[in-house]
Amino acid sequence: MELYTPVIALAAIAAGFAVFSIVMSVATGPRRYNRAKLDSYECGIEPTPQPIGGGRVPVKYFITAMLFIVFDIEIIFLYPWAVAFDAMGIFGLVEMVLFIATVAIAYVYVWRRGGLEWD
Amino acid sequence: MSFEAPHIEYATLSPLLIVFGVALVGVLVEAFVPRRLRYLVQSVLALVGLVAALAATIWVATDLTVRGDGAARGSIVAEGAIAVDGPSVFVWGTLLLLSLISVLLFAERHLDGGLSAFAGQAAALPGTEAERQASTRGLEHTEVYPLMMFAVAGMMLFPASNDLLTMFVALEILSLPLYLLCGLARRRRLLSQEAALKYFMLGAFSSGFFLYGVALVYGFSGSTHLAAIAEAVNGRIGGQGLLLGGIALIAVGMLFKVGAAPFHSWTPDVYQGAPTAVTAFMAACTKIAAFGALLRLFYVAFGSAERDWTPMIWIVAILTMAVGSVFALSQTDIKRMLAYSSVAHAGFLLVGFVGLHEGGEGISSLQSVLFYLVTYGFMTVGAFAVVTLVRDAGGEANHLARWAGLGKESPLVAGIFAFFLLAMAGIPLTSGFTGKWAVFSSAAQGGAWPLVVIAVLLSVVAAFFYLRVIVLMYFSDPVGDAPAVAVPSILTTVTIAIGLAATVVLGILPGPVLDLAADAGAFIR
Repeated sequence: MELYTPVIALAAIAAGFAVFSIVMSVATGPRRYNRAKLDSYECGIEPTPQPIGGGRVPVKYFITAMLFIVFDIEIIFLYPWAVAFDAMGIFGLVEMVLFIATVAIAYVYVWRRGGLEWD
Repeated sequence: MSFEAPHIEYATLSPLLIVFGVALVGVLVEAFVPRRLRYLVQSVLALVGLVAALAATIWVATDLTVRGDGAARGSIVAEGAIAVDGPSVFVWGTLLLLSLISVLLFAERHLDGGLSAFAGQAAALPGTEAERQASTRGLEHTEVYPLMMFAVAGMMLFPASNDLLTMFVALEILSLPLYLLCGLARRRRLLSQEAALKYFMLGAFSSGFFLYGVALVYGFSGSTHLAAIAEAVNGRIGGQGLLLGGIALIAVGMLFKVGAAPFHSWTPDVYQGAPTAVTAFMAACTKIAAFGALLRLFYVAFGSAERDWTPMIWIVAILTMAVGSVFALSQTDIKRMLAYSSVAHAGFLLVGFVGLHEGGEGISSLQSVLFYLVTYGFMTVGAFAVVTLVRDAGGEANHLARWAGLGKESPLVAGIFAFFLLAMAGIPLTSGFTGKWAVFSSAAQGGAWPLVVIAVLLSVVAAFFYLRVIVLMYFSDPVGDAPAVAVPSILTTVTIAIGLAATVVLGILPGPVLDLAADAGAFIR
């Protein structure tokens, strides 16, 4: 049980902070109406109301988001290598180049097939 | 900080690396080769790659190192992540052969007015102007070849992985391209997209089960390496609940992939909706890869806990055979019927799975299951290849009523299909009989004779629905317009011929392949 005490304490602090922030902003914050406040924040296009006839989301949003995630993952793997690249020597360099080349193949495909063009 | 570079045996892994490499080159071909050349380049590249990988597999197979007592040959490579041993190499060879004849089905363009069976533009909504344009411009997705190569690479890695995490990665590598391939049919696109979505949802769900099981087993043994898990299971250290829960959850993930009841419900929908060439590939190769992995996992890692999981496999085997055989009776679609038949086959394979262990006299369970997988793979690809031939104006005529009177329409095609059905039913002189005989005798020698009795009874039930189709083809009159039997190009012809030849030869002369399966020996630990 002792093992979990810090975890439980942290969870309690986090929950307390969330409740505190909401209560305080309701109690003390000014309230001025603004249409923009009702929009979704940094979430791409409006999900509702859907346009007539099915409401398709343009696939370019999806491709951009996916490319971004692939870059993210690439960076995650690059960090540890960047920290230890001198210890890993040539082997590390070759492996990293292979990894980046594999990811680049996917990008080349997207680029050549027009996935990077917005319109 | 000291760092030791991992040692990777590139030569031993060459079959895997070739297939992965071909897949990557295929993506580059899509990027740089002009559209009109892509079909030719991609199909030739895939064929050459698979042949090269097969040659490399044969080379690796002749070069396996003998270990210890000599029952198991091979080596653990890539820092313990992959085990290249007799069974791995046997499964690789089988997978590559079946992939080769499946590529021929993928490349078939003779049946549908000079176009492949894959969607012109998968992103276009069905029934829209964009779809019509893609169709009139004669577009086709040649991405299917690299996707298939990725799937094959995943399938090869799956039964060879010696580590639960590698196994999970392989599972995903083989599954993701298959989900996509299922949704790419040119005809009946809504059905195809529905199949892809269902497969994806349920597949993701089952992957979650698998991963949770991996976590529990890791909690039990403190390792994801199969050998370390085996040691922990043998010593019975740690919580038994973790181990049993882990085995059960991993089994759910695995049994989903092999299509065993009660995790079979995706099979008919996906097999029906997917393009038939993909169904042929998927039905044969996924099952082989997943059974290879199932065997390795349960024999190597959980071998000492055999008493705990054998009852589970018994129940699942009986349920799978019963569900496959009984539900197939009521199907009106030929592809759904073959899907339930593949469920039943998964059940018969599970009967072999609980059979005699290595070291005893007679056919070991590993040998019998490997042999059954070969026979099953060839007759399945062959049967689905025949299904692509029976067509009417709307594409393939899959409704069983449309197959009535096919014997008069085209005696040759009906005859070949009847032979495949007889093989699936397990009639003597076909590979289905020798395969069933192998798994049943292995199970009986292993003491699972009640299971064998049930299996024999259920294979009689299964024979009934196969015979029903044969009766329909030969002794019924066609309803309305008889469907035309399309004349295929050399590609599908070769596929069917190889499937047929394998089914006949393995039925009459099973010896060489049985010996090869016996020669594969045991899993290395």
